[in-house]
Amino acid sequence: MNLSIYLGMLHQAETTLAESFRQVASGHGAEPDVHFLCHTLAQQCEEHSRLLLPVVQRYGEDLSDSEPERLHAEGLSTTRQGPVGLLRDLQDLYLLASLVDVTWTMVKQAGSALRDRELLDVVARCGGETAVQLRWLQTRMKQAAPQALLVAR
Amino acid sequence: MVDRIAGIWGTRTPYAKDGLWPVRVDQSLSEGVTESDVDRWVQSACVLCSNGCACDIAVKGGAMVGIRGRAGDLVNHGRLGPKGLFASWQGVSHRDRLQRPLIREDGRLVECDWDTAMNRITERSRQLLQERGPLSHGFYTSGQLFLEEYYALAVLGKAGIGTPHMDGNTRLCTATAAAALKETFGADGQPGTYADIDSCDAMFLYGHNMAETQTVLWSRVLDRIAGPDRPKIVCIDPRDTEVARHSDVHLAVRPGTNLALMNALVHEVLANGWLDAEYVNEHTVGLEELKATVEPWTAEAAAAVCDVSAADIREAARIFGTSSRVLSTVLQGFYQSAQATAASCQVNNLHLLRGLLGRPGCGILQMNGQPTAQNNRECGADGDLPGFRNWENPDHIQELADLWDVDPLTIPHWAPPTHAMQIFRYAEQGSIEFLWISATNPAVSMPDLPRIRNILAKPDLFLVVQDLYLTETAQAADVVLPAAGWGEKTGTFTNVNRTVHLSDKAVEPPGEARSDLEIFLDYARRMEFTTLQGDPLLPWTGPEDAFQAWKECSRGRPCDYSGMSYDRLRGGSGIPWPCNDENPDGRERLYADGVFPTDPNYCESYGHDLLTGATVGAESFRASVPRGRAILKAADYHPPHEEPDGEYPLRYTTGRTAYHFHTRTKTGRSRPLTQAAPSAWVEIGPDDAGRLGIREGDLVRVTSRRGRIEVPARVSDIRNGTVFAPFHYGYWDADGAPGEHPTAANELTITEWDPVSKQPVFKNAAVKVEKIADAAGPAPAPTTTASRPAAAGMKRVPPTTGGSGAEATELFNAAPPPRFPESINSVAINRSGQESRP
Repeated sequence: MNLSIYLGMLHQAETTLAESFRQVASGHGAEPDVHFLCHTLAQQCEEHSRLLLPVVQRYGEDLSDSEPERLHAEGLSTTRQGPVGLLRDLQDLYLLASLVDVTWTMVKQAGSALRDRELLDVVARCGGETAVQLRWLQTRMKQAAPQALLVAR
Repeated sequence: MVDRIAGIWGTRTPYAKDGLWPVRVDQSLSEGVTESDVDRWVQSACVLCSNGCACDIAVKGGAMVGIRGRAGDLVNHGRLGPKGLFASWQGVSHRDRLQRPLIREDGRLVECDWDTAMNRITERSRQLLQERGPLSHGFYTSGQLFLEEYYALAVLGKAGIGTPHMDGNTRLCTATAAAALKETFGADGQPGTYADIDSCDAMFLYGHNMAETQTVLWSRVLDRIAGPDRPKIVCIDPRDTEVARHSDVHLAVRPGTNLALMNALVHEVLANGWLDAEYVNEHTVGLEELKATVEPWTAEAAAAVCDVSAADIREAARIFGTSSRVLSTVLQGFYQSAQATAASCQVNNLHLLRGLLGRPGCGILQMNGQPTAQNNRECGADGDLPGFRNWENPDHIQELADLWDVDPLTIPHWAPPTHAMQIFRYAEQGSIEFLWISATNPAVSMPDLPRIRNILAKPDLFLVVQDLYLTETAQAADVVLPAAGWGEKTGTFTNVNRTVHLSDKAVEPPGEARSDLEIFLDYARRMEFTTLQGDPLLPWTGPEDAFQAWKECSRGRPCDYSGMSYDRLRGGSGIPWPCNDENPDGRERLYADGVFPTDPNYCESYGHDLLTGATVGAESFRASVPRGRAILKAADYHPPHEEPDGEYPLRYTTGRTAYHFHTRTKTGRSRPLTQAAPSAWVEIGPDDAGRLGIREGDLVRVTSRRGRIEVPARVSDIRNGTVFAPFHYGYWDADGAPGEHPTAANELTITEWDPVSKQPVFKNAAVKVEKIADAAGPAPAPTTTASRPAAAGMKRVPPTTGGSGAEATELFNAAPPPRFPESINSVAINRSGQESRP
């Protein structure tokens, strides 16, 4: 069964996303909403990894896939500065969270076919929270974009 | 004669449940003036808190010389509070008033004429619009202008310039009230009425020190308490307030933990089956999610987080769950604290679960902090759109574009209007280069003052300040415009329970001062803002034109003014909106039918996720909320972001005292009020004080990660581990700068805000306290309020009294108590006393 590859990807992606939220939090301390919320969302990602554990124990995880690390290396190993830098950092988080989101969706599909109620409960909670993370990132970016792209010094 | 400094709430007039609150007419005249000396009385309402007490201004020889409450008004039944009595006309009739415009020349502010000042503004404005575009402009207004002024500012900013950067200090006082109402009910609009005090069996005051913030409303509560069948009172407040002293249950929670408590109250109500299942089923959505959220929040779990007893939480829940009629009031203890919107929504949820809405005694009052905050929300000079329109709804934007005859693309609606803290951040970063501040004083009222002072002082920020006095903020301006004050201009404004009052001009403003409306209209004229037809965008010549335009803007919206007129507002009581064909005399309570403004085509907001502030969006809202249902929204509790640690071991909270308003711009110029609370202090509990070797009156240094204040200590009955400082004490009456011993509470506060309402967190920070000098006497804190000394120090601190300058008369039962709708003018009375059509 190849579900283990996707569980491995998901676990990795959540861990990477948590680290990246933390990085953006510490790099943008002058934007208090971003700073505090990114810390909160980092915790949320770690909780997702924890909730995933029983599922991983059941089906195993294959860590051979390295997609999230590539994103990490390119986007969020450090944070940028200034209004456009904030926008781009949030956009990188958005990409990473999208990866998490769609991976949850695929795991949900597998869980449905497996008729694994416990897995589906985990997906319902974690996938739902990931969707909110995406909506927040988009809300914040949409607010910041015009100022950053048109008038920021 | 009564000393209304010693007796903040005046003499009791007890009444029974479902009775009418007796009339008591409070009056204060200038020394040496008698009633027979008064030339005329001019109708108005008080602007020194959000209560909206109707009054008449005494005029003699072209000057204001006194004030008295209007017996026939539904809001106050004749009463006035100490601030209204002693700082209304006294607060504006002071020799310090600005009389001519000022411009900065070689670093100094110098007097000039209006043309010079306005040309300097329009020159910079034009240049920036051309070079940088509308996003270079920001407007930061107030909760103290009139409706007509906000609406002019909103049109000028949104349709003239087209900037999203418009907000008011209403963001600091009332944003969460609006946000909580929008999240739960789909639109702003106060469900309850003050008259619910008359009929309730229990009252819950959530972070609302009503005794000091709305003293006349508290008089009404005291009169119920003194009556034969007093309501039960539940108080949630870390301080030993007057409300707490009269309460049946006082939950003195740790600052920053409100949501844990609220989740437990909802948990208890659900667990005990105290809900109206039929009401919930027919009129709400979201019960399952709410249940899941509060499930872990047993009374014990909340008790551990909040540091109150589980038995008290259960008792409070029992009172809420079993009283037939409950009135809830909410204010800054919730709004300016962590997870503000989520905690305030839980108050709405409690009422929805029990179906306690829209009937006498069953109300929610999500309070406002300032007298005209409501109008800023309605007119959209803050983070809202005019008429409670939805920025995410293109049809609503088109309605505004049609109304103003402008291209809808001119009106920024790609995101919500920029909130105050973000406006200042953009100014800090240099992308907002033109900031126009009217009738507010961010140099004292915003969090983290060292940072705010730096922003205001930036040389590349063109700062316009429009005010009555040379405030701390005005001192940093490039152009200062002298504004006319209360009693010197005509306009309307709306209080917490939607009641609209007219305030007529009583006297001429000093010198060359002009009304804020005149100033905004003058700017629009000089900037040549035009409609698509090429007509002037703001063709109004005075306040009544603006009111007419506003009536059209509000028509068909929840805040419908279309049935009102200046003439209808003269003579009788204020009128609560909506006032239209369906509700010709206005409406006392909203949502009696359980139908809420959540229709997606009508609602003001599609809502947000309460933890993050992520927008729900039109599609998801349409899919999830059956139209007309209220939404039971919830979020789990998260600890505040700054908690005490080894270095900063105490929790710090800030607030108001009964004797002052805001940064004392008006109340600091009243002798009785200033004598009652002359200068800053900090409150600390007896145990903490003992541990730190601090005694009453000792000079202490309070330090946070942002800054420090150095003020005398009042040893009071505030909860352990928490200290409190009043936020009124800036530096205009010192040297204009913090100096050796800074006193402004916001030197210490954190830059953080609620994710949904964007209201700053003034009620929670971590600090350390140390003694730096022995007492020279007791702390300058009043003894009549929450700052009363703890029992041990009571004998050594002289009681707060007012003396001869603080006397007022009380006239009892001068008229039968006003009633709704009989006290509303059903026909208009014009100035000459003739009936006319509205």
